[in-house]
Amino acid sequence: MRRWLDDLPKYADDSSWWPKGTKRCRPEVFLIWLGLPLTLLAYFSVGAVLCLALGLNQTNMNDYFAFGVWIVVDLAVIALGAGAFFTSFLNYIVGKTELKPIVNAAVLIGFICYVGAILMLGIDIGQPIRGWFGFWHANVHSMLTEVMFCITTYAIVLTIELLPSVLDNKRISRVPEFGTFSHNLHTIMIVFAAAGTFLSFFHQGSLGGMFGVLYARPFAARGGLGIWPWTFFLFIMSAIAVGPSFTTMVVMITEKISGRKLTKHSVKMLMGKISGWLLVVYMVFKSADTLWWAYIKLPSAGLTLDNMYHAPYGFWLLWVEIGLCGWLPALMLVQEKVRASYGWMFVAMLLACIGITLNRFVFTIQSLALPVLPFEKFYAYLPSWPEWGIATLVLGFGLLVFMLAYRYLPIFPQEPELND
Amino acid sequence: MVIDLDKCTGCGACSVACMSENNIGVLHNETDKIRSITWMRVYQIDNGKSFPDTEVAFIPRPCMHCQGGKSGTPGQAFFQEGPMDEEAHPPCVSVCPATATDYDEETGIVSQIPTRCIGCRYCVAACPYHARYFNWYDVPWPKGSPRALSPFVSPRMRGVVEKCTFCYQRYQAARNKAMVSGGEVGEMDYQTACTEACPSGAITFGQLQNPEHKVHKLISSDYTFRLLEQLHTNPKVYYMSKREWVRKMADNYVTRHNKFAQAATQSGH
Repeated sequence: MRRWLDDLPKYADDSSWWPKGTKRCRPEVFLIWLGLPLTLLAYFSVGAVLCLALGLNQTNMNDYFAFGVWIVVDLAVIALGAGAFFTSFLNYIVGKTELKPIVNAAVLIGFICYVGAILMLGIDIGQPIRGWFGFWHANVHSMLTEVMFCITTYAIVLTIELLPSVLDNKRISRVPEFGTFSHNLHTIMIVFAAAGTFLSFFHQGSLGGMFGVLYARPFAARGGLGIWPWTFFLFIMSAIAVGPSFTTMVVMITEKISGRKLTKHSVKMLMGKISGWLLVVYMVFKSADTLWWAYIKLPSAGLTLDNMYHAPYGFWLLWVEIGLCGWLPALMLVQEKVRASYGWMFVAMLLACIGITLNRFVFTIQSLALPVLPFEKFYAYLPSWPEWGIATLVLGFGLLVFMLAYRYLPIFPQEPELND
Repeated sequence: MVIDLDKCTGCGACSVACMSENNIGVLHNETDKIRSITWMRVYQIDNGKSFPDTEVAFIPRPCMHCQGGKSGTPGQAFFQEGPMDEEAHPPCVSVCPATATDYDEETGIVSQIPTRCIGCRYCVAACPYHARYFNWYDVPWPKGSPRALSPFVSPRMRGVVEKCTFCYQRYQAARNKAMVSGGEVGEMDYQTACTEACPSGAITFGQLQNPEHKVHKLISSDYTFRLLEQLHTNPKVYYMSKREWVRKMADNYVTRHNKFAQAATQSGH
């Protein structure tokens, strides 16, 4: 296959746009690769047109499952994209400059996750044209209002944080004005890192708070501190724990596909260490919260833990989330031996990311699946094909942006020296 | 509102009256009950015993118009604006990002503004009674049928949430009438469509706090209860049944020691 590709006639040369000191595949090969995200985006487009033109009846959501796969994906990608704000925070504000070689990638992944989530939310609401009502008629008591404000403003902050990478492109930076602008942006980046940290910290929390405040839905409801339920803090902790893992995983996958070293392993190990210890802290609090919920909160609502788990949403979800994809990767990542191994560190990070995705899944789907009225029925939910199409937006859009960025932008400053 | 479940025959007249009064459309496929809109839904329950011991009861379920919060002294309230306020906190109201739903402190009615609703469905997720409905479809109004719609209630569009309003338009009409005559809104001046339609008189409507109103007397009965009492939603719809299994089925075995304290702090209908 590779040989066949090499034999293709050379039509164009875009090497002058590649990052300094790097090597990329030929444009024709790159175009073939682009087919993958473009196919996913075509699938998304069909689903989007159906849902916007004919309504949300094209999904399998209903009055019992008011939220579906889109909200699960939204919550998951926003948590996984938290590597952007947390790595920026550690690099620019705490002064962990060892993370500098991976900050650009973290910001890029964060940008993809947030923009993808916002686009998907635009289709998820029944009246997309009224989306601005949340800003204009904002209800300050609603956690969702805070989420809307913060993810929108943070997406703008991420765009600004990403801008220097775009302006540092080999050809674009030749324009003196762009070069100067990029240099100036670099010098004030700490301001945007601080703004991003503030915004992201709160909306990660508010996404958790969204579920904790549902005091009449026993699966999700939690007590808390003032107006903030415990889920507010748990969502922040889990996001900053897995965000660095996800960023590192994406870098590792890119290394394997491109066949090039992009960051030193020590940088990845540091990301793994940060992720691991934060995951341990999160798991301590998550386990305590689960016990308090099972033994105090649920009985106070006349329910037991057994009432919360029905097939297909059985107890296995709890054990997988807390045990296999919670404590296990946490304990793996805190060990240097595991982090030193490329493969084992990847496995641990993958498990951690699955665990947090599962956490967002149960809070969204299982909260709604459980009947609260004693005489209500239990329903299960499976997304329709247009729904899956829209859910693939983040993947399609993400692949497209990441592939273009990897090819043309200096995302990985260590790449030239590592591949000499 | 008080609904006597021992009088309810499950005929569905309340649902039909509600749909007619509030311009609720009929969809192409009304068998899809998890997407069809029934502000007043009638549940059927049974005692789980086989014939000849089988007993059946029907539970009409409008919006509960929850007041929320922990009942009792203002200091115990779950959610407060200030230290001296006892802020109403229905599960569905504070969650709305666009202020498309509100709690009327005067009447105790939880309103819904369909033209403000963005269709995020967060309120639908928050309601444990499934009293909130999303318009998944455009209503296929048959030709000519819009002329038969009530002019006092706007039909809703696709993509927004709607719910029982305790026929608020009737309250507005009664209030206007009282304003003109210089009097107050009387018990029989404001009755919901479902109350009027019930052939067996199972539904009683009035002000819970007004000693002159029938509902005030009814809620002091030992046989009244509310749905999901232990979640502190503080609903304004009470049910009555002399059958113990019905009461157990509906209220999750809640102790009733503070029931009157709850009613005393509750305002509205």
